Amino acid sequence: MSENEPLLSVQNMEKHFPVTKGLFKRQVGAVKAVDGISFEVFKGETLGLVGESGCGKSTTGRLVTRLLEPTAGKIVFEGEDISHMSQGRLRPLRRDMQMIFQDPYSSLNPRHTVGAIVGAPFRIQGVKTENGVKKAVQDILELVGLSPEHYNRYPHEFSGGQRQRIGIARTLALKPKLIIADEPVSALDVSIQAQVVNLLEDLQKELDLTYVVIAHDLSVVRHISDRVAVMYLGKIVEIADRKRLYSAPMHPYTNALMSAVPVPDPKVRRDRERIRLKGDVPSPLNPPPACRFHTRCWKAQEICKKVEPPLAEMVGGHQVACHFPENAPEVPTAESAAKTG
Amino acid sequence: MTAPLDVSGSAAEAHPESVLAGAGKAIQGRSLTRIAWMRLRRDKVALAGGGVVVLLILVAIFSTPIIAAFGHPPLEFHQDQIDPATLLPKGSFGGMSAEYLLGVEPVNGRDIFSRIVAGAWISLLIGFLATVVSVIIGTVLGVIAGYFGGWVDQVIGRLMDVFLAFPLLVFAIALAGVIPDQGFGLEGNGLRIAMLIFIIGFFSWPSIGRIVRGQTLSLREREFVDAAKSLGARHGYIIFREVLPNLMAPILVYATLLIPTNILFEASLSFLGVGINPPTPTWGGMLSEAVRFYTLPHFVIFPGLAIFITVLAFNLFGDGLRDAFDPRAH
Ligand SMILES: Nc1ncnc2c1ncn2[C@@H]1O[C@H](COP(=O)(O)OP(=O)(O)OP(=O)(O)O)[C@@H](O)[C@H]1O
Ligand code: SF4
Ligand SMILES: [Mg+2]
Repeated sequence: MSENEPLLSVQNMEKHFPVTKGLFKRQVGAVKAVDGISFEVFKGETLGLVGESGCGKSTTGRLVTRLLEPTAGKIVFEGEDISHMSQGRLRPLRRDMQMIFQDPYSSLNPRHTVGAIVGAPFRIQGVKTENGVKKAVQDILELVGLSPEHYNRYPHEFSGGQRQRIGIARTLALKPKLIIADEPVSALDVSIQAQVVNLLEDLQKELDLTYVVIAHDLSVVRHISDRVAVMYLGKIVEIADRKRLYSAPMHPYTNALMSAVPVPDPKVRRDRERIRLKGDVPSPLNPPPACRFHTRCWKAQEICKKVEPPLAEMVGGHQVACHFPENAPEVPTAESAAKTG
Repeated sequence: MTAPLDVSGSAAEAHPESVLAGAGKAIQGRSLTRIAWMRLRRDKVALAGGGVVVLLILVAIFSTPIIAAFGHPPLEFHQDQIDPATLLPKGSFGGMSAEYLLGVEPVNGRDIFSRIVAGAWISLLIGFLATVVSVIIGTVLGVIAGYFGGWVDQVIGRLMDVFLAFPLLVFAIALAGVIPDQGFGLEGNGLRIAMLIFIIGFFSWPSIGRIVRGQTLSLREREFVDAAKSLGARHGYIIFREVLPNLMAPILVYATLLIPTNILFEASLSFLGVGINPPTPTWGGMLSEAVRFYTLPHFVIFPGLAIFITVLAFNLFGDGLRDAFDPRAH
């Protein structure tokens, strides 16, 4: 694999969950949870994936880790097309790709000890360890900031933050290359969220990990991400370097999300008015045509309801899917000029 | 059937820090089973029920020496205890004495104490083994239905509906009525006991099956199953290592509650004359003979009491078990 070949490449990936009705399970529609998204993740980087609840973030994570099979599109991991690979053929590849789950209360089997949970990867993958599984597990527990003495404890004896550390320890057991973290801190107290995010950052440096970190607001992924992708109703609407995205967000939806992020600097806060989105997120069963955001967008024009804006590159890797982007570099509209000026 | 047991164990998760603090330096963690056991030990009613259950089991196992020590062989006639004119027991209170602890039967003078003790063996044997049969069928089909879902679940679900809608007693009567005298290398009541175990077990599996299916369905959605899948675990691993350990508590609870139902079932069949054939003593059979002698209350009361106490003890213990595993069920 060459240097700049991506570790993970997703092309036009779709997942439609059929909606059936009646005794004979007639399909009456489909939940378009993920509706044609493309992105790449490069070795050593962290991609943040942000969007409101229900926009398809978890589905994306579960497709990439092949807990789900895509309806269409392609998933290429380490140069191999895994889109429709059988579970048997995927098994060895799974060592390189792990997932951290959203709910630390549901992701640990209450009947197993911490030792059994963190040792499971070795058992399932049949991996031999130098000094036995127990030693390996205890080393990993230390790595994530738990005590090796927790080996025989049960999950219910731990707090949410500690449980999430146990979950992280399990994903690290097989020394994966890519870790998909599905809202790793959203179930935790705000006071311990930073600790867990810091742990993820430290582990990345130490173990040379590549992350896809899913979150429902922009503030969580701000410090950890190198690039950020914003999702809306099963689509990626904007993807850019962290710096670019946070300093000059282009998509109106990203701007709306950004205005919800608390700003520490009071001066900046005063300058920036909060954008309130009208209405609710439409149902993915029946998404609005063309630009899916047009039902809530304050810049929407006729064309937005008729022509779907493609995800197009604007400047230096900054991609956005909008007919009238904000902070646009070329041909600034009167409005965006006023805003930047 | 009572409210399904929740397996999430979140009641035990209410105060993780305090549990941790309480555990101090203890390295061995406390499993949910141990926490349930600690709760059970504080439940006096359940413990009393459990005590009676243990006593009954001991009586059933040691029925032969107990009868030898305190009674007479259960099939032995004692015409000397019977008034030849009325065919009723000679002594007062149905012939109760130090010799015949619970009196004697009318007409032939058999020792009621011995027959109750001998009946305990058959009742518990059938009650336990029939429950084992239904737990095995119910767990296997329930897990398969809940785990694999889809058409497999549809088929098994319909099957359960059919079994639950069946006029069970009528069918069992018909089936038990045609049990041959010999077969499968067994004969007489040995064969009848084996057949009753299978008939009762076969017809009571859907109650366990439904609970197991429902629990499996919800366990399958838990993230620890996804975690195992994303590690490359096979179905067998997920079923045996991730799902089944979480099903043990509800299975144990509902099996305990199914035993008395099955004991009653056997008593009903024996009462109706299609269970175990006389002269082998069974509680149901004794009751059915006793109804002809309604002037002799002791003859009805003792087998009736035996059934009542057994069923009550199992139910109290089972309810206590359920509460211990899931205190929110109140
Ligand atoms: N197995 C499924 N069957 C049918 N619909 C599903 C399934 N899984 C997810 N969906 C639907 O797909 C859409 C996207 O779900 P997803 O869980 O990916 O959202 P999310 O962005 O992770 O949201 P959250 O922030 O709440 O976790 C939702 O409308 C959801 O109801
Ligand atoms: S394409 Fe139109 S509706 Fe969609 S985000 Fe851009 S301006 Fe708004
Ligand atoms: Mg999610």
